[in-house]
Amino acid sequence: MNNEGVNQDRRWFLIGSTAAVGAVGAAAAAVPFVKAWNPSAKAKAAGAPIKIDISKLSPGERVIAEWRSKPIWVVRRTEQSLADLPKLNDSLRDPKSEMDQQPVYAQNPNRSIKDEYVVLIGLCTHLGCSPTYRPELGAEDLGGDSWLGGFFCPCHGSKFDLAGRVFQGVPAPYNLEVPPHFYEDENTIVIGLEGEAA
Amino acid sequence: MKQIVDSVMDWVEVRMPVSKLYKEHMADYYAPKNFNFWYYFGSLALFVLVNQLLTGIWLTMYYTPSGGEAFNSIEYIMRDVEYGWLLRYLHSTGATAFFVVIYLHMFRGMMYGSYKSPRELVWLFGMGIYGVLMGEAFFGYLLPWGQMSYWGAQVILSLVGAVPIVGDDIALWVRGDYVISGVTLNRFFALHVVALPIVLLGLIAMHLFALHEVGSSNPDGVEIKEKKDSEGIPLDGIPFHPYYTVKDIMGVVVFLIVFCSVVFFFPSGGGLILEGPNFEPSNALKTPEHIAPVWYFTPYYSVLRAVPNKLGGVIAMGGAIAFLFVLPWLDRSPVKSIRYKGWMSKFALTAFVVSFLILGYLGTQAPTPGKTLAAQIFTIIYFLFFILMPFYTTMEKTKPVPERVTG
Repeated sequence: MNNEGVNQDRRWFLIGSTAAVGAVGAAAAAVPFVKAWNPSAKAKAAGAPIKIDISKLSPGERVIAEWRSKPIWVVRRTEQSLADLPKLNDSLRDPKSEMDQQPVYAQNPNRSIKDEYVVLIGLCTHLGCSPTYRPELGAEDLGGDSWLGGFFCPCHGSKFDLAGRVFQGVPAPYNLEVPPHFYEDENTIVIGLEGEAA
Repeated sequence: MKQIVDSVMDWVEVRMPVSKLYKEHMADYYAPKNFNFWYYFGSLALFVLVNQLLTGIWLTMYYTPSGGEAFNSIEYIMRDVEYGWLLRYLHSTGATAFFVVIYLHMFRGMMYGSYKSPRELVWLFGMGIYGVLMGEAFFGYLLPWGQMSYWGAQVILSLVGAVPIVGDDIALWVRGDYVISGVTLNRFFALHVVALPIVLLGLIAMHLFALHEVGSSNPDGVEIKEKKDSEGIPLDGIPFHPYYTVKDIMGVVVFLIVFCSVVFFFPSGGGLILEGPNFEPSNALKTPEHIAPVWYFTPYYSVLRAVPNKLGGVIAMGGAIAFLFVLPWLDRSPVKSIRYKGWMSKFALTAFVVSFLILGYLGTQAPTPGKTLAAQIFTIIYFLFFILMPFYTTMEKTKPVPERVTG
């Protein structure tokens, strides 16, 4: 090919600008492909808030509900359990709930709006397994006398207390998450929305 | 008759160089004459690939990729479709066989230094294939939509969540829902049956193309192209076809005996190929007692669990795979084959294989303090193999490499 009399600067400018415009076009064309992976309107609708009736829950019991396909636990703690919570502070990773694992209205020693009832997302913060509820005091397999009730993850052995706070020396890095919630009335908790009162 | 065939051949030849391709890659492609047992696994990998493609295509004819129907459609394949059970077992056992073959193939490369110059690209494309294969296996394992499919995917996807700041958003984007759901299943199906196989086939083409440019290495690590006869044919080379095609067919026969024994008599492989909890439909509210990935991922899973920090564990697991990629640049030895390396390389490779196997075993087990400690020790040995390689390969005394290949 005859390259005589070619203005190389202009040629490089044209190649460069064509490539730049082409790259912008390719990036724009990628948008629908990337966006299509986001949760669809249907999935978002299925993630709407739920209500949990706690009128039949007696102390020491737990109810499980499903919200956005995640297990939501409501545990009604006994007086004893609430009194035991501060005793564990030294063996916990984040006893004061400083990590962003709960709404501000649950950032207190009991991690709850009402002292008795704790609302938690029942998925281990390590790798998302669902821990088992182990309220019995002094469970042999969980450290005997030092076990004051809590949750134990069978996948990788993470332990949480009855406020969903994670113990030290286990794989899970954070406390169990508290979902956004509020009390619609005395016996009804709404999961997935923040109440005006909160 | 012969005239017609010849004229058709000529007609094609003018338009497409078929016989040139055949000569370059088969009849005039000279491979070292001293290939041993370890050189079966490349062609076996291709054989297993064909099995996976063929049985996979047939399975898609009956499988329904939706949250409500996936599990049932597997049962339908197993019970109602004629020979459906066989197609599925060939595919599930084929996945395990693929990794067995690939791991042995990779071990061959490490043992005889097949990754060393000028074959670095062959190794890199091979590692790319290994990476895509892990993706294929992961996406494919979700499809039966059993308990282990579901929770295994939950665990692996939540690893993405360990990335600081954007991790949770990326995990949401990959799932397309707030948890793993039918939406996730559907996209994994698309990736498993269309996207990744295309990438895989492309990488395999590059792997072979690069290999045929530089030629195969051999157990002595001697370059056969350095000693040629008057016609330019390597003195220690033999044509790939018919010599190695026939040898490889022999390998396929032996492989099939073992493979079919598993397919027909131990299709679940004692829980290693098909895990018990996967015979239960997936349930988002109930985690199985013990979640373990399929055996070919367990060494890395052990590394993940050995680090008592989530992000650190994910980085270590990624590092365990990433180190394999840069192997050609870590090995500074003047010789290729383990036959002529010093005792330090031999010891290091042995320690690496032992730690890989033990980590693999530990990854299938529920964690206990003792097992976690063992996993930590062997994780360190695993990494030391790579980190110390530039040192022990330069320090050690190597044996002289022969001029020509031996036996």
